[in-house]
Amino acid sequence: MAMDLASKIEDATVMLIKAASIYLPLDVKNALIKARDLEVNTLAKAQLEAIIKNCELAEAEGKPICQDTGLISFYVSIGDDFPIKSKLIDILNKATIRATKEIPLRPNAVDVLSGKNSGDNTGRYIPSIDWELIPNSGEVKITVFPKGGGSEGPCIAKVILPTEGLKYAKKLVLDAVADAGAKPCPPTVVGVGLGGTIDLAVKLAKKSLLRPIGVRSEIEEIAKLEEELIELVNSLGIGPHGVGGKTTVLDVHVDCAHRHPASYAVAVLFNCWAVRRSTMTIDSKGNVNFITHEFMNKFWR
Amino acid sequence: MEYYLNTPISDEDIRKLKVGDIVYLSGIIVTARDAAHNRALSILNSGKQLPIDLRGLAVYHCGPVVDKRNGEWVIVVAGPTTSTRMDALEYDFIEKTGVKMVIGKGGMGNRTVEACKKFGAVYTIFTGGAAVLAAKGMKRVLDVHWLDLGVPEALWVIEVDKFGPLMVTIDSHGNNFYDSINKEVYRRLREEIYPKIGVKA
Repeated sequence: MAMDLASKIEDATVMLIKAASIYLPLDVKNALIKARDLEVNTLAKAQLEAIIKNCELAEAEGKPICQDTGLISFYVSIGDDFPIKSKLIDILNKATIRATKEIPLRPNAVDVLSGKNSGDNTGRYIPSIDWELIPNSGEVKITVFPKGGGSEGPCIAKVILPTEGLKYAKKLVLDAVADAGAKPCPPTVVGVGLGGTIDLAVKLAKKSLLRPIGVRSEIEEIAKLEEELIELVNSLGIGPHGVGGKTTVLDVHVDCAHRHPASYAVAVLFNCWAVRRSTMTIDSKGNVNFITHEFMNKFWR
Repeated sequence: MEYYLNTPISDEDIRKLKVGDIVYLSGIIVTARDAAHNRALSILNSGKQLPIDLRGLAVYHCGPVVDKRNGEWVIVVAGPTTSTRMDALEYDFIEKTGVKMVIGKGGMGNRTVEACKKFGAVYTIFTGGAAVLAAKGMKRVLDVHWLDLGVPEALWVIEVDKFGPLMVTIDSHGNNFYDSINKEVYRRLREEIYPKIGVKA
């Protein structure tokens, strides 16, 4: 029974990676279409047209949207009563290796010391796995979030003075976007983490990238800050692929944690326009439900 | 203006291109990223020859997704990677290999502008992330070298047919399309946005 469940999770995870790599989530597609329809700059509009056409081709041909199929991260929320726990590490690793061959993906896991590519997208701590526990649940929820290298380059994390506060945090975000220019493949989604220890700020910024486009923070003041940042960033005029235009970001997501009295951590993370994320749940009987890519349920039995 | 060019690209072809022009390229392009640039330069600096003569060809900043079917390499998808990573190496690369076109995304800096002017080359961009679209212009893999660097970093020699649209963002006359955009972005940031959030530059 346990073996059966393990192989089901592995198979479903291969499909989950496939869904993320080939089919953009609906919120991202709609945001790109909206950006194209709003755009008046002809160069910017042409870039968005190419992006949208590319996504249609990827779906029609079943090929990855981008050649940079990313470094693979998993976000796992596991119910107290779900029968398989630490074994998931091995299962997710195996699924990553299989997905690399079967889709195929580009091998992107490189040994930091030797520079050698492992060839199968796994390695030390990779794929990375983030764990969360869900009380009173018998399900596991798995999100895969492959992230390309271009949008890693301009990411920053910094501790500012508490006396500088929020307005300097805003400045850091705007400076980071201006410095990033065309490099992270705009229109991007920007994730901002405020407070906590610096590693927590980075984690919050990263996790906020998982939030669907257009969904505001549940904290009212943070939601307002997001709206302010979206407007300010888009007034910079960087535009799609830096050719100018209205849309530099598809969204800005902010999250925060209580901070130390003496420090104010700020993290600014980018995701390219190809926000590839895919989520499923599996219950203890092995019933799989693809949530972000519902149509995948048809291919699953 | 729109141009259809073939490799080997002539000096005359290059000199007529201006920033903002669109190019569709046919012939042979060779992929090279950070590691391949480094290796190429160290080979050339030691007086040896590269496995392929790049004179008149285009270098493509790209690490493709490839598949081996019936013993043959096939390009699955192959969009551009961020060119700034190669910026520090491109001057020497253009000078020593004789490539006429650099293809990438995200823009390149002053030294590359200088090289394009001096040695008669251009830098063009393809839409970043549009990897399926890019692969449409690729006919076949002619060869691959340096696979020991890993699939993304290897030199993939690819036959292309009307590969594009490629937008010229650095021409051979000293112009850089991104310079004017960046200047305006930083002006807006400092003069319009900083006062709105109450900070100084």
